[in-house]
Amino acid sequence: MLEQQLVNALSLGCVYALFALGFTLVFGVLGVINLSHGAIFMIGAYAALQAVTKLAFPLWASLIAALVIAGAFGFVIDLLILKPLRKRNAPHLIPMIATIGLAIFFNNASQGLFGAENLRFPNEVVPNEQLHFAGVQISVLELAIVLLSFALMTGLLLVMRRTQLGRALRAIAESPKAAALLGINVEGLFYLTSTVAAALGGVAGVLIALYSNAVFPLMGQPMLHKGIAVIILGGMGDIRGALLGGLFLGFAEVMSVAYIGSTMRDAVAFGLLFLVLLLRPQGMFGKVLERKA
Amino acid sequence: MEWFDNFWAVYSNLVLTIGINALLALSIWLTLSCGLLAMANAAFMGIGAYTASLLTMNVGAPFPVALAGGVIAPTLVALAIGGPTLRLSGVYLAMATLGFGEVVRVLILNAESFTGGALGLNGIPQQTQWWHVVLALVVVLLLLWRLRRSRIGRAFEAIKEDGVAASLMGIGVMAHKMLAFALGAAIAGLAGALNAHLTFFIGPSEFGFDRGVDILTMAILGGTSGPTGPVLGALIVTLLPELLRGFKDFRTMLNGAILVLIVLFLPKGLWDPLRFRQWFARAPRKPAPATVGER
Repeated sequence: MLEQQLVNALSLGCVYALFALGFTLVFGVLGVINLSHGAIFMIGAYAALQAVTKLAFPLWASLIAALVIAGAFGFVIDLLILKPLRKRNAPHLIPMIATIGLAIFFNNASQGLFGAENLRFPNEVVPNEQLHFAGVQISVLELAIVLLSFALMTGLLLVMRRTQLGRALRAIAESPKAAALLGINVEGLFYLTSTVAAALGGVAGVLIALYSNAVFPLMGQPMLHKGIAVIILGGMGDIRGALLGGLFLGFAEVMSVAYIGSTMRDAVAFGLLFLVLLLRPQGMFGKVLERKA
Repeated sequence: MEWFDNFWAVYSNLVLTIGINALLALSIWLTLSCGLLAMANAAFMGIGAYTASLLTMNVGAPFPVALAGGVIAPTLVALAIGGPTLRLSGVYLAMATLGFGEVVRVLILNAESFTGGALGLNGIPQQTQWWHVVLALVVVLLLLWRLRRSRIGRAFEAIKEDGVAASLMGIGVMAHKMLAFALGAAIAGLAGALNAHLTFFIGPSEFGFDRGVDILTMAILGGTSGPTGPVLGALIVTLLPELLRGFKDFRTMLNGAILVLIVLFLPKGLWDPLRFRQWFARAPRKPAPATVGER
C-alpha cells in the first residue's frame, strides 16, 4: 500500500511542480509575484477545451493551442501592465496587486463567458489506460505529468546553466541595471520570461484539468494557493526548488490523507508552509540551492 | 422624515457594511503605513467574528464583553505570530500572512464542534446597532488620526521609508512593527465582531483569500497616504456592486479591471492630497499671461 501512496504522492507532487515552474520563473527573473498565474492556468485549460470541443482538435494539438494562447496572454500582460510598472520603478508589491486585479478580471470574465459550472473534456479524448508494474498502478496521464515536469525542469535548468540565454537571465535576476549595462536586452528577456512562464502555466492547466477531469472558472485559485506554498517551500525563484517543493507538498498531502484524514489535507499543507516561513523564510532548500533561477 | 425611514429600511445593511469595510480598510492601512504588506486581516477579522459570536451564543456574554473578546483574541494571535513573521519583509511577509490566513480558514473549517465547520455559525443575535458601527469608526479614525501625528506615527513613516535608517535613528523597528500589526489585528477583529452581530451568519469562506484581497483593494483604491483614502475606498468598493447591477455576471470583473487601472494610472490611489494641492496651486497660475522675455 505504501508503494501506491508514494506513486500517488509523486504524481500529485509533479502536478504542483508543473504549476509552480512558471510561477517561480517569473519571480526569479522579474522579481514579481504573479498572482494571475492561476488565471493563466485556467485560460490554458479553457483554450484546450474549446479547441477539443468546438474545433475537434486532437489532444496534442489542443495542448499546443493552450500553450500559444496562454503564452500570448502572458506577453500581453507583460506589455500592457508589467512593463509600465517597471518603467515607473514601482516597488515589487505594486505589480503583485495589479496581478490580483487581473486574476479577478479573468476569473470573472470566464465565468461570464463559459458559465460557472464544471466542464469536462469528452471521455474519448482523455487517455485513461492504467499501467501496472511492481504492484503499483499509474495512469498514462499521471506518467505523462511526471515525465513532463521532470523534463521541463531539466530543460529549464540546462538553459539556465549552459546557454548564453541562461547566463543573461541569471544576470538579470541579480541586477537588471548591471545586466543592461553589459549589453543584455533586458526588456526583451523580460517579455520572453513572461511569455514562456505563461505558456508553461497554460500547459499545466490542460494537464491538470485532464488529471482532475474538471474545468471551471476558479480552478486556478486553489492551485495558486498551493503554488505559493510550493515556491516558498522550495525557495522562491529556484527552479529545482519548484520541483522539490512540489514533491514535498504532494508527499505531505498524500500521507496526511492516508494516515490522518482527508479533511486535514489543506491544513497540513498550509501549516507546513507557515512553519517553513517562520523557521526558514528562505525556503526549505534555500541553503543547499542558494542561487536564484 | 418618511423618505429617510424608507431609505433606511432598504439600505441600512448596505450603509453599515460600508462602515465595517471602512474599519477593515483602515486596519490594513495601519500596517501599510508602517511599510508592512500583511495580508492576514481577513483572518483576524474571522478570529474576531468567531470569538465574539461564540461568546454571545455559547456563553451568553453581554454584547460589550463579546466585542471586547472579538478585539482581544486577534490581538493576542497577532502578538504571538508577529515575532517570527515580522522579521520577513516585502513579498515574503505578504506570502507568510496569506499562508497564515489559509491556516486559520482551514482550522475554522475543521474545528466543527466549535465553529460549525463549513456550515458556519447560524442565528447570531443581531445586536449591532447603527450607532455601534458609527461610534467604532469615529473612535478608530480619531485614534489613527492622533497616532499619525504622534511620535509613533512618525516612527511608522520612518520605518516605511527605510527600516535600516530608522533603526539607526534610534527607533525600535521591531516594536513599532509589532504595534502596527497588533493594532491592525484589533481593528480587523472589531470589524469582524460587529459584522457577525449584524449579518446573523458567519462561515469560514467569508474570511479567505478573496476577503483579504477585497480589503487590500479598498485601501489601495482609496489611497494610502492618510486614513481618508481607505474610508473612501471602502465606500466605493461597497457601493460599486450596487451601482453596477446592470452588468450582472460581469460586475466583479469590473472590480478587477478597476484595481488594475488604479495601480497603473493612479499609483497613489484616489485620495492623494499631494495631487490635489498641485491642482489648486496650478489653477491660479494659468490665467497670468507670460511676460515677454521671461523665458
